Amino acid sequence: MTEALKNTTPAHAATAIPESRNPILLEVNDLKKHFPVQKGFLVTKVVGHVKAVDGVSFFIREQETLGLVGESGCGKTTTGRLILRAYEPTAGEIWFNDQQMGRVNVPDLDRHQLKLLRQNMQMIFQDPYSSLNPRMTLLQIVGEPLLVNKVAKGGELQDRVAELLRVVGLRPEYMTRYPHAFSGGQRQRIGVARALALNPQLVVCDEPVSALDVSIQAQTLNLLQDLQEQFGLTYLFVSHDLSVVEHISDRVAVMYVGKLVEAATTDALFRHPLHPYTEALLSAVPKPDPRLRTEPIVLQGDVADPANPPSGCYFHPRCQYAIDRCSTEGPELRELEPEHFVSCHRAEELQLMGVLGRVTA
Amino acid sequence: MNNNRELLVEVKNLQTYFFLDEGTVHAVDGVDFNIHRGETLGVVGESGCGKSVTARSILNIVPKPGKTVGGEILYHRKVKGVEQTIDLTQMEPQSSEMRSIRGAEIAMVFQEPMTSLSPVHTIGNQIGEAIRLHQGLDQAAARELAIEMLDLVGMPLPDRTIDEYAHQLSGGMRQRAMIAMALSCHPSLLIADEPTTALDVTTEAQILKLMRQLQDELGMAIMYITHNLGVIAQMTENVVVMYMGKVVEQAEVDTLFYDPQHPYTRALLQSIPRLGQKTARRGAGQRRLASIRGMVPDPYALPKGCPFHPRCSEMVAGQCDQTEPQMIEVAPGHKVRCLACTGV
Repeated sequence: MTEALKNTTPAHAATAIPESRNPILLEVNDLKKHFPVQKGFLVTKVVGHVKAVDGVSFFIREQETLGLVGESGCGKTTTGRLILRAYEPTAGEIWFNDQQMGRVNVPDLDRHQLKLLRQNMQMIFQDPYSSLNPRMTLLQIVGEPLLVNKVAKGGELQDRVAELLRVVGLRPEYMTRYPHAFSGGQRQRIGVARALALNPQLVVCDEPVSALDVSIQAQTLNLLQDLQEQFGLTYLFVSHDLSVVEHISDRVAVMYVGKLVEAATTDALFRHPLHPYTEALLSAVPKPDPRLRTEPIVLQGDVADPANPPSGCYFHPRCQYAIDRCSTEGPELRELEPEHFVSCHRAEELQLMGVLGRVTA
Repeated sequence: MNNNRELLVEVKNLQTYFFLDEGTVHAVDGVDFNIHRGETLGVVGESGCGKSVTARSILNIVPKPGKTVGGEILYHRKVKGVEQTIDLTQMEPQSSEMRSIRGAEIAMVFQEPMTSLSPVHTIGNQIGEAIRLHQGLDQAAARELAIEMLDLVGMPLPDRTIDEYAHQLSGGMRQRAMIAMALSCHPSLLIADEPTTALDVTTEAQILKLMRQLQDELGMAIMYITHNLGVIAQMTENVVVMYMGKVVEQAEVDTLFYDPQHPYTRALLQSIPRLGQKTARRGAGQRRLASIRGMVPDPYALPKGCPFHPRCSEMVAGQCDQTEPQMIEVAPGHKVRCLACTGV
C-alpha cells in the first residue's frame, strides 16, 4: 500500500489484503501538474494555474491492467504522460520498479537514467494517424527505438522488426511500406509493435481504441490482452469508455477535475460504486439493449474548470447527494473497504447504484 | 408496425457515387428505407459504410466529386395543408425550393459542433439567420425566438449565451446550440449524424434525454446515424444496418438486438464489450471479445458476390463469393440481405 494512502486509511478498514497478489510495479504519490496560465504580450505574466493533475495517488501491480477513466479534461492523459515524464511533474513521487535500475523515483532521474527508464516504459497513442510519421517506413518506425537504444542494427534490426510485426498480426513483408498504406486498425498495430520493441515492463495506453471502428476495436483489445499474457506486460489503460475499461481492467481508478475520486477492483467499482460521480458515469453509458431503457442520472451543468475549481469537493455543484459540508471541505481519498479507495464525505451512508442495480449492504 | 403512421421520406434504390481519379467509389449503392412521421430511425455501420453520405444525399449536400446517380428520395411534404410529394434527387442543390426545405423542413445536426458552427458569428446570429431566412421574421423577433429555442434545449442563461461565440461554449453547450438551430424552424425530419460521438458520457446522456424530450414535444421524425449500438438501443424504434454502401439488415430495434439474422449484425453485436457483463459474470468466463476478422474491404475493389463474404464466419464457398444476395423480408418489417436467409 502506498505511503500517502496509508496515512488516510481509517484504522477499521485495515483488513488484510490477499498475499497472493503480484508485487507493485508503479506507485504514484500525490502527483501534481499545474500548467501556468499566461497573459500579456512580450511581457508575460502568470495569472493562474490549470490544475490538470492535483494530488493523484495510485499503484499498479505487475502484469495487471489499471483502467484510468474520466471525462475529457479530467487529467487522465496528463497523468499517463507524467508517468513517462513526457511532462515534468509539479510535485509528487512516481516510484517505478525498473528491471535494470531497481526502484527509482521517476522525477529524480537524470537524462541518462531517463533513457534507460523509457526502455521499460512505453506508450500507445490514441490517434493512429497523427502518431506515426508519414515519411518513415514501418522498418524505420518500429526499428527506431531499437536503433536509438543501440539494441540492434542492420540485419538483426530487420529480423527483430519482422518478428515484432508478426507478433502484432502484420505481415513482415509490409516492412518497407509507409503508414498511409494501412487502415486505422493496422496503424494501431504498428503503434503497438513500436511500443513493444524494447520489451517494456509498463505500457501506458492512451485511449488506444477510441479512434477505431467497433469491429476493429475488438481485434485490438484482444491483441492487447494476448500480448499482456505473452510478455507479462503491465498496462495503464487510459480511456473514457467505461464498457471497454470494464472489459480489460483488473482495477479501475476514476478521475474528476484532476483528482482521483475512486479506485477499486473492477468488480467492486462496477458492482457497488462508492462515489456519486462513478454512479453517474455508470448510469450515463447507453446500454446496448433495447429492453433495458433506463433513465440515466443526468448531471447538471458542465465539468468544473480546473483553472478555477469550486470550493470543497469539486463535484459538489453537480452532486445530487451534496450536503453543506461538501461545499466547504474537500474530502480525502480513504480506503473504505480493502483496496477500495474513495474520496467522498458521505461514502459510508450512501447506497449507490452499480451496473447491476442497487446493492444493499 | 408503422402502418398507422404517414410516410415522410421514402428512399428508393439510392445510389451516390464518388468519381475520383483512382476510380469510382460506390459510397451508397442501392439503399432503400422509409421514414414515417414521428419515427426514430437508427442507421448503424462502421466508418465508410455510407451512412453519412446517405444523410447528405437526402439534404442534397453531397460534396464533390460525389453525385447521386440513381434512385429516388420521395419527400412527402405538407404545404399549407396540401400534400405534395417531391423527389429530392431531382432538385438542383442550389435551387430556392431545395433551400426552403433544407434547414427548415429537414434539418441536420453534425458530429463536430466546433467545425459546423461559425467561429466569427455569435450563436444568436447563426440561429437568427436560419429563422429570418425560413420564417421571414425581422431581427428583433428572430432574436426573441432564438432565445426561446436556446431555453428549450436547456441552455443556461440563454439571453447571455446568445451573444457568445462558439469557442466560449463547452462541447455540450455547442451541441445544444446546434440542436437549437436545427429545431428553430420546426423540421419534420431531423437528421442527427453522430451528434454525441465527440461528447463525454455524462454530456451525451444530457443530449440524448433532450432529444427524446424534444421529439415528444415537437413530434418530428429523427434519423439517427451512429456507430454506437448503445445509443441505437436506447434511442431508436427501427434500425437500418449498413455495410459497404448497402443496407444488410433492417428491423425493429428489439428484433435487431434479440433476433439478428445477418452475420454482420450478429458479429457487430457480439464484438462490443457490454457494460455490466463482466461484473455479472464476476469476472469469470470468456475474456476475449468475439471479433470480425479482417477489415472493411477496399472501396475501389469490392469483393464479388456478397461484400461481407471475406469476413463472414458463415461463408459458403461457391455461393457467397459468386452471387450477390438480394434483400428479402424474413418477417413483417424485418429485411435481410444474406443468401443464408434466402435459402439458396
